[in-house]
Parts: sequence; C-alpha cells; structure tokens
Amino acid sequence: MSTPEQVAATRPTGGDEAIGSPRPTRGLRSDALRRLRRNPMAVVGFTLILIFVGVAVFAPWIAPYSPKDNSWLSEVRPGAYPGPSAEHWLGIDPLGRDVFSRLVYGARQSLLIGVVSLAVGATVGVGIGLLAGAFGGWVDTVVMRLVDIMLSVPGLLFAIAIAAMLGQSLTSVMIAIAVVNIPIFARLLRGEMLGQRAADYVLAARSLGISRAGIVFRHVLPNSFTPVIVQGTLTLALAIVEAAGLAFLGLSGSDPSAPEWGRMLTDAQVALTSAPQLALYPGLAIVLAALGFTLLGESLREALDPKLRR
Amino acid sequence: MSLLQVRDLKVHFPIRSGTLFTRQHGSVKAVDGVDLDVPAGTTFGLVGESGCGKSTLARAIMRLVEPTAGSITLDGRDLLGLSERRLRPVRRDFQMVFQDPMASLDPRQNVESLLTEPLRAHRIPGGSVEHARRIRTLLEVVGLPATALERYPHEFSGGQRQRIGIARALVLNPKLVVADEPVSALDVSVQAQVINLLKELQETFSLTYLVIAHDLAVVRHISDTVAVMYLGQIIEQAPATALYRAPTHPYTKALMGAVPVPDPAVEASRTRILLRGDLPSPANPPSGCRFHTRCPWRQATRCADERPALRTLAPGHQVACHFAEEIAAGRIPPSTTAVSSAAAAPAAASSAAEPPS
Repeated sequence: MSTPEQVAATRPTGGDEAIGSPRPTRGLRSDALRRLRRNPMAVVGFTLILIFVGVAVFAPWIAPYSPKDNSWLSEVRPGAYPGPSAEHWLGIDPLGRDVFSRLVYGARQSLLIGVVSLAVGATVGVGIGLLAGAFGGWVDTVVMRLVDIMLSVPGLLFAIAIAAMLGQSLTSVMIAIAVVNIPIFARLLRGEMLGQRAADYVLAARSLGISRAGIVFRHVLPNSFTPVIVQGTLTLALAIVEAAGLAFLGLSGSDPSAPEWGRMLTDAQVALTSAPQLALYPGLAIVLAALGFTLLGESLREALDPKLRR
Repeated sequence: MSLLQVRDLKVHFPIRSGTLFTRQHGSVKAVDGVDLDVPAGTTFGLVGESGCGKSTLARAIMRLVEPTAGSITLDGRDLLGLSERRLRPVRRDFQMVFQDPMASLDPRQNVESLLTEPLRAHRIPGGSVEHARRIRTLLEVVGLPATALERYPHEFSGGQRQRIGIARALVLNPKLVVADEPVSALDVSVQAQVINLLKELQETFSLTYLVIAHDLAVVRHISDTVAVMYLGQIIEQAPATALYRAPTHPYTKALMGAVPVPDPAVEASRTRILLRGDLPSPANPPSGCRFHTRCPWRQATRCADERPALRTLAPGHQVACHFAEEIAAGRIPPSTTAVSSAAAAPAAASSAAEPPS
C-alpha cells in the first residue's frame, strides 16, 4: 500500500524501468522458431519429415526400378525370397518386385493421402469450429451436437461405408480420413475460441468499439490457432498410419500392384515366417514418417505455448 | 450537470440449471440499485471488498455486461437504449483501463498495431501519417519511448504494460475513463508512478475518471468523491477528504480502521473494528440493511427489516444507515465484542461469536 506522501514523492514520467534492453525486438513467430531450433526433438522430427518428403518428391530418381516391375518373379521360390543384394538393396517381394523401389514410391502415396485428408479435414473442421466459436449460443449448440454425432461414428466403419459407396479407391480413403478428422478440428478450435472470447483483451477490444467481425478475425481466431497447427502435424502422423491401415485392409484401390506401405504389409503376410523383414521395412517406414510429424507437433506445442515463453 | 449519470442500475445474473429445459433458480444480484453522478473533470472513486460488485458495475457502465435495469447517461446521451451496433461509434467517448495489463493486451499485437486499431475502427480522419503522429505523441505523454512501437506486450514490464493500456484508452480522446483496479496488479513501487500519470493525464486531457479499487490509499489520493460499495449497493458517498476524516457508515468505519498507519504510537492506540464472517451471498442478500449481519452497531429494530436509503447528512455526504447520526454522536455503543484496541484484538477475535442472522 502506498500512502499519498510516497505517491507524491516519485516522479511519474520516464517509465518504471529502462526499456533499453539490448536484445532486439521479436515477435511471437520468430520467438517460436528460435525455440524450435534449440529443441533436439524438433530437429530430429524435422529431419525425418524432410527425408520423407524428399523421398516422396524425388521417388523416380531414387528408386532404381519401377515399383510395379515384377521381372524378378523367376528368382522367387516358395518360402525363399532373395534378400538384400547389390542389385536389390532390400531384396525381392513374393511377387518378384524390388522392395526398395516399392518402399520409395510408397512414400508418395502416404504423403498424398496425409496432406489431402489433412487439408480437407482441417479446412472443414476449422470452418465448423469457427462458426460455433464465433457465434456461440444456439448456433454453437446445434453445430456441436452435429459434430458429436460425427464423432460417435467409428472411423474404420465409416471408411468401409465410404468404400462401399464410392468403391475402393484412393479418394475413398482420403475422404474417410478427412471426415474422421473434421470433428477433432472443429471441437479444438471452438473450445479454444470460447476460452479466448472471455479474455480481457476481447473485452478491451469491445470497449474500444471494434466490430464483432474484427474481434473474431483479428483477435480471437489468431490467438486460438496455435493448437490447430499442432493438431495438424499430429493429424498428419495419424493419417499416414490410418492410410496404411485402410490399405492393409484392401480398401485403398483396385490396383493390387500400386506401391503402398499398407499393401506391402498385406503382401508380406504370406511370407511372415520365412521373410519377416518384408513386413519390417514398410512398418519401419510408417513408424518413422509418423514419428517425424509427431515429434515436430509436440515440439511445436512447446514452442508456441505462451506460458513457456521466457 | 454530471458527465456520467447512473440511476438505479441493476445487474442480476440468472442462476440456471438443466441443459435442454433451463430453469432459473434465482439470480446473483451483483449490482442492485446503484446511483452515481460523476461531474465532468472530476474523479469518482469506488471502493469495496472483493465480490461487492464494483467490477461488475464498471463493466455495466462500459456496456460490457448487460444491465438488468436502470439507466446510464453519458453527456446527456442514454447508453442503455442503444443497440450494440449503434453503441459502437459512441464508445469512443468512454474508455476503460483494465486491471491486468497483460491479459487486456492482445499478445499478438505490437504496440503500434494495438494503438492504431481503435483509430481505424472509428475511421478517425487523418490517414496513417496523422495516426502515426498521434500515437507517437501519446506514447511520449504516457512516458514510453517511440521504440516501443514495434515491440510486443510480453517484452514490457508490468508498469510499462499498464502505460500502454492507458495510452490505448486515451487514443480515441474519450471524455470518461473507467479504470478498474488500474494499479492493483502492479508492484507497489510502480503503483505510485501510474497513479501520478493518471492525475497528470486528467489535467492534460481534461478527463473524467471513475476509478475502482480496493486500495483505500490509492482511491483517496486520486479521487474527488469516494463511494463505498457493499453487496451491490452504495452505502456511503462523500468528498474524499470528508470520508476519510469522518467515516460514518459502520462498514466504512471498519474499512478505514483496517488501514495500517505507519506510526507505531497511533497503531498501538487506535480503535479497530473487526468484522466477523464473510461477505453474504449476493444471490441471497440479507434482508433490510445488507450489512446488518456483520454490523457492530446493529439495533433490534429497523436494521433487519427495512432497507436504508442513501440519506444526505451533510452537503455531498450521503449514508445508507438508519442510525448514522446516533452512531456519529456516540449515542449508540458498538457491541463490545466487535470493537477492541489493536492489542486486545486476537483475544476478542477468538472469544466473540457471530450472532445468528
């Protein structure tokens, strides 16, 4: 408590502490980037993603053979599959194809499914969440009950239903994964926005006479978006695993020779006892790709958390 | 003519239950019939303990919380009759300084952006060049260097942040500034600087202040008139000097008695009134005088069953107590268990029992 005498004794202007701190000014984004660079988890994750994306993009140059080329079928004997050699780095699969080439091309498929299903799911989910979070009230209630219904349908069942309706295709898989992700993004953004709407800076913006749209788009939404970005990277990891799962079940398309990590697992099943490495390669690829996005997502979460900022 | 005139303002928050078929079980009467008159160019201080409704009152005046009943008139203009859309252009005339400067500044906006935004929203003429000039001048006035412009809120200290908050409240040239606990989130060493800044700004821009605080010294230093709030009502209002010299309402007496004096001699001899019990629930306030459950001067008649009106005792001095004159004249003794010298206070506190309400 300060008495009037004390109050009068101090000079008001000049600032309480000197502002002249030597460090350069920095926004939230550069601050987050700096912390990401210092986090080994982020570096490992980012490296894995870089490798994954690089392999997917440059697959035709990396892969020594076509993924569908089965000209080595004659070398395959039941129960004995040629292992790694100078010509075939990871050996030959039961159908006489080069495993390494299939693995490389499989990255394309995984990346494509992951990115497309994430883009569709996140866009629709964010739109729904924005609607509920911006308006609140009965709009929020109605929209969120619909989202709850979506959430209650098991993803796998939904994927099978979509495949039954649209036929087994890549599109079906992407739609199925996207739809499963919609309620996750919608709920996440809506919850975050509702929390931010109660923040003092929103009250301050209202009292300054800033329009409702201005408050939502310039203040509430940007401040609510961090968890969505984090969820996006984590979702990408899940989408890769889900895509592999759906492909494993044979829901991803009618062409059995298409190079897919999930399908490679299916193909490896027949030789699981004699050549378990055939299942190991695609399994490892799935894990590493998903791990990359998970690590990046987790470190993004830490880097973007304002509470952890120094 | 008062710049701000509040009449019988009520803010009741409904207590509801059920998800689909909501039922109302009553309401929390956060503000329950408040009258205020703030003349232009003066400072009106509002004090009261936590939960007495002073922040809700401030937010209701700012139209950040919808009042249940009553009227608010600013400069002759009825604020409650306006829809949110129609109110928006009027908002530039009354601005608010918030308690927590960190929470009330968008962490993603740098100072320049957060000071320019209101100018753009109200389409203040002059364009970006004139706006930039205005913001630089304002920063200088609140005591921040121009280099602050491209910095973000988290890069400042608490006091500096509050200066930014004050600058933002002033950027639209308001007539009235409502400051809700403007210094309570700050270090004691910084509080005085911000208070003095507010006083300086009042003279420079001929501002009218409504300052809300629980710190009596802060309010005393800055206010012309002080009102004391208890459970959603104003129970005493007087010119600052008069109120601090001669508090009349028992609650005000208790509040003033709780302020420590930096003098051991005075501290040892002064009389302190210890209030027992907590603030009653504003959802179910006591009948009659709301303070009667904790009042050491409680009388058998009237206190529990008749709500005291704000009566004028002296020019500008209003009290809501049936027995104000008798208490002031010493004709009614306080109940002995409640009043004690400071030395005997712990014993009194342990032996006294709260009379059932």
